[in-house]
Amino acid sequence: MAQTLLRTPLHDRHVELGARMVPFAGWEMPVQYAGVIEEHRAVRRDAGVFDVSHMGELDVEGPRAHELLQGRLSNDLDRLRPGDAQYTLLTNERGGIVDDLIVYRLGEFRYLLVVNAANRERDFAWLKECELSGSDVRDVSDEYALLAVQGPHAIEKLGLAPAKAFTFAEESIDGVECMVNRTGYTGEDGCEILCMAEDAVQLWDAVLARGVAPCGLGARDTLRLEASLPLHGNDIGPDTDAISAGLGWTCALAAKDFTGADVLRHVKEEGPERKLVSFVMTEKAVPRQGMPIEGGGEVTSGTHSPMLDVGIGMGYVPAAQGKPETELTIDVRGRPRRARVVKRPIYTSTNAKGE
Amino acid sequence: MAAAESYPEDLKYHREHDWARIDGDEALLGITWFAQDALGELVHFEAPTQGSHVARDSAYGEVESVKAVSDVIAPLSGEVLEVNQSVVDAPETVNEDPYGAGWLVRIRLENPSEVDELLDVAAYRQVLAEQ
Repeated sequence: MAQTLLRTPLHDRHVELGARMVPFAGWEMPVQYAGVIEEHRAVRRDAGVFDVSHMGELDVEGPRAHELLQGRLSNDLDRLRPGDAQYTLLTNERGGIVDDLIVYRLGEFRYLLVVNAANRERDFAWLKECELSGSDVRDVSDEYALLAVQGPHAIEKLGLAPAKAFTFAEESIDGVECMVNRTGYTGEDGCEILCMAEDAVQLWDAVLARGVAPCGLGARDTLRLEASLPLHGNDIGPDTDAISAGLGWTCALAAKDFTGADVLRHVKEEGPERKLVSFVMTEKAVPRQGMPIEGGGEVTSGTHSPMLDVGIGMGYVPAAQGKPETELTIDVRGRPRRARVVKRPIYTSTNAKGE
Repeated sequence: MAAAESYPEDLKYHREHDWARIDGDEALLGITWFAQDALGELVHFEAPTQGSHVARDSAYGEVESVKAVSDVIAPLSGEVLEVNQSVVDAPETVNEDPYGAGWLVRIRLENPSEVDELLDVAAYRQVLAEQ
């Protein structure tokens, strides 16, 4: 039972800052420092930093790296030049989502995959199994730390020039060499910074010294949910397909073949039986994962929106209930409470630039 | 914004982290500093209806933070005379002032002898020390 939790290179910094540490995907992670709502607002209004070093990094290199990944990932790698990044899915034979991840094209023959902590080993094993002669897959997670710096003032506080979303570049931040990726999981402008594990403390201190608020996984969850970004393990997984999840845009079904593509083409043609929708409560209640939705649906993620001050969530409903403005009834521990399907994202940042 | 840790001497406590302020045959009920701190900022209070009956050791409502939901356990039995509407409207009041403005309900005691079985502050602090 008592399994040793892994610690990021910033563990001692979190404890010193008074963070509440919790187990998450096998790691001991900060869930909050000052408080979830305060941290959430810091990201929406100014800038916040998250230690996401628990996420996995897989390095895929070689003359056939492109071929290997193009056959396993859902999105079209041909659209990436070195310096570009892309949100994509690792799929199974049933069209299910093994993981959602961001792939970075480091060079002509080299890619970096940033994957969910809980799926790191499974992703690695799967890609290793598919390895071609001329494509080398390595799990390099332990070599790196990853900080997400998010918010309307994040880029300016880091002293960086604006850049297009889903691009990356090598930069030096207060003497730390790092890879700055214009990506994120909050619906705000910002970046995710990859550095060597041994430089993590120096980078973290430099970011905080620039007036960026430390934020925990609690705020990360409320932010991504306001932005209608799915969480693997909650909203998407090996038994849900990209079309039903509204992630059809990440599947290059016309351009190429990849694992499970035929199943996905079929679902797309027939129309999915159920759809992942975003909703807001129209009565007072906080929806939670697992709550039934009248008509055969189920909540997959739920929380209280700090910006809208109402309950919000995501869940699967029969396709007929999937249109915006549809009224839903959620069973909140035996009490029926009304909600309304909304267009994604649930909360639109007034600050975000780019995608 | 959140209150500093405290456990007033003049309250009676229940080991499920609830307090009662006894006033004759009535009592105000609420949750302790420890309970609100464990939950984090409250965003919802699912209150009982006025006139309903609460039973000692049973849940009479729910408090929720962004992360979690928790039952609120009645330290005493009685009839709900009043629900604190300011907590329904602004649940964070409980974090700011758990023993004052953040009270949850006012009840008429059904069995005043139950009061004798509640914990005093020293006994409740002992419960906390064992957490």
